[in-house]
Amino acid sequence: MYHYNDFDTAFLAERNAQFRAQVERRIDGSLTEDEFKPLRLMNGLYLQLHAYMLRVAIPYGTLNSAQMRKLAEIAERWDKGYGHFTTRQNIQYNWPKLRDVPDMLDALAEVGLHAIQTSGNTIRNVTADHFAGAAADEVEDPRPVAELLRQWSTDHPEFQFLPRKFKIAVSGSEVDRAVTKAHDIGLRMVRNDAGEPGFEVIVGGGLGRTPMIGKIITPFLPKADLLPYIEAIVSVYNLLGRRDNKYKARIKITVHENGIERIRELVEERFTAIKEQFAGFDQKLLSKLETSFAPPAFKTGNTKGFEAARLTNPAFASWSDTNLSAHKADGYAIVSISLKAHGATPGDATADQMRVMADLAETYGHDELRISHEQNVILPHVHKSDLPAIYAALRDAGLATANIGLVSDIIACPGMDYCALATARSIPIAQEIAERFDELKLEHDIGPLKIKISGCINACGHHHVGHIGILGLDRAGVENYQITLGGDGSEDAAIGERAGPGFSADEIIPAIERLVLGYLDLRDSADETFLQAYRRLGAAPFKAVLYPDQAKQNAA
Amino acid sequence: MPRAFTPKVVTANHLLEGDVIYQTATGWTRDLAQAEILEDEAHAELRLVEATQQRDVVVGAYLADMEPTDAGPKPKHFREAFRMRGPSNYSHGKQAEL
Ligand code: HEM
Ligand code: SF4
Repeated sequence: MYHYNDFDTAFLAERNAQFRAQVERRIDGSLTEDEFKPLRLMNGLYLQLHAYMLRVAIPYGTLNSAQMRKLAEIAERWDKGYGHFTTRQNIQYNWPKLRDVPDMLDALAEVGLHAIQTSGNTIRNVTADHFAGAAADEVEDPRPVAELLRQWSTDHPEFQFLPRKFKIAVSGSEVDRAVTKAHDIGLRMVRNDAGEPGFEVIVGGGLGRTPMIGKIITPFLPKADLLPYIEAIVSVYNLLGRRDNKYKARIKITVHENGIERIRELVEERFTAIKEQFAGFDQKLLSKLETSFAPPAFKTGNTKGFEAARLTNPAFASWSDTNLSAHKADGYAIVSISLKAHGATPGDATADQMRVMADLAETYGHDELRISHEQNVILPHVHKSDLPAIYAALRDAGLATANIGLVSDIIACPGMDYCALATARSIPIAQEIAERFDELKLEHDIGPLKIKISGCINACGHHHVGHIGILGLDRAGVENYQITLGGDGSEDAAIGERAGPGFSADEIIPAIERLVLGYLDLRDSADETFLQAYRRLGAAPFKAVLYPDQAKQNAA
Repeated sequence: MPRAFTPKVVTANHLLEGDVIYQTATGWTRDLAQAEILEDEAHAELRLVEATQQRDVVVGAYLADMEPTDAGPKPKHFREAFRMRGPSNYSHGKQAEL
């Protein structure tokens, strides 16, 4: 993986010293909150309902064991012994004290982590496919490109005051695991007819109050043109994007209002003008980065132990059915560690659990870990012969839940349990749904199903792209939950459609149960997923099971 | 017609701890039961201004609707009830500390 050079280290030390001084000046009263707020946000420090919150970037979701151990240490020393992994491949600490934050940032810097540009109208943490460098279906590892973008965007003088925040996601595979179509810029690696790798470039996607699926600005961008082309997009947006209205400021609105053709013209024009300035420097840097992301030395060996354990241990067999994905190296697998034990808070890990995962990565996983936008942790490179030992260690740590991609593998934003912007809670809804389906013992029969929950219209929990989306609202002083159906965050991305009137906190769990049991009756075979059935049948039969009284009335 | 004024308390987050605090007649408390209930609009506005001026102690002071009861002010809205208690997924925050 990428290791900081002297420039990075010095830059970070200076930024942290600066922020330490700013915190001091806030505490002694020489800075007002209005002056301090933008400064703290630039350093990832929010003030939520019950406490401050520190958001730490995990660039493209990649961590080594030393970094994971440091996250555990920080959780124990300055927080309440846990951390929350988010849909943006960040970790959030929910309980830091203002005075401690500079020390936390220094501790992070020891392992090359920081909280810069996790907030504000800048280019945010670049996210990537969490199976990067490992997936069997990958064109190329997207992380060198993500790192290139990170270096280019960090403190980029032209782009510190964009009209609004700007999020870039990169997928190294044609199978989109990075939700590229719901980002300001999405990059999906593809090959052209000559077999050369390049990018399908997507702009103007986004969720929030005006959800939009991104549009393809160019179907194939040669790798060599990436940085000038991205810079051209961002600078066209910087000039054209609306600054008069916060709700119309994201590039999705700029694209919507000007049309993709006009944006494409302007970007091409700008691209032609600036391309020469890059003079190949970016390509030199990229090839250096590619060597730092070279694949580890994969081992060879037989996988008989794995097959044997599958036969003798049904729990292990079930876990390996759901939590493993195809690896590009022979005899290897990608392990997804579920942070969604039934009834637990989606995305939370205790310091002890973080250390267990760090140890496993170090012992069996070429020292690599990933954080997925689905709020799980990945061991990207594991030889199958080591899986029984890994499973046993995970089980002892409460980390062996066999539910990846299933109904209880729910994404949920912090909602009103933490977030100051929330209109309702989301965590308890996720907990109750997971517990209910665990009781019903139907999870594996139901098969792949993505439920995503947000606690307000900002959509941090990606509800618009959930097969079933749940949005928590405040209806006349009472929590109320609206269901959307048929959303999809993959390469066939779609925004879910509202099913109808919302449900109270008491009604929402039974409503989801009716919906999912209804699907079991509606599907044409056990192989037809919820989303496929929805696409085949349309919304009507699903609405009928959700609102049985209304269906009865209509029939009468 | 302007809406009738309903009772309120001044609440904010503490600058250093970040946690929820309520204004009392003489200072600040972490316990809502001790908070000063404000029944008069002009007085409430004045108390809010005073709170806002203590910028080295408090962040984001505002007036929150409360129902006066024998046990002290009771939140009208669920958001204030959560702020008074803490998160529902762990016993952290006020529910654990008070
Ligand atoms: C202090 C807590 C948070 C605040 C204040 C916050 C604020 C916001 C706002 C205002 C938006 C809407 C942006 C727009 O439409 O222009 C948004 C979107 C989003 N946030 Fe958050 N958020 C918070 C926590 C989180 C967490 C915990 C996650 C990850 C789990 C997250 C991930 C996202 C995502 C994925 C989107 C939608 C994508 C998009 O930008 O269109 N946020 N957030
Ligand atoms: S969706 Fe709303 S409630 Fe959830 S984290 Fe984002 S801003 Fe907060």
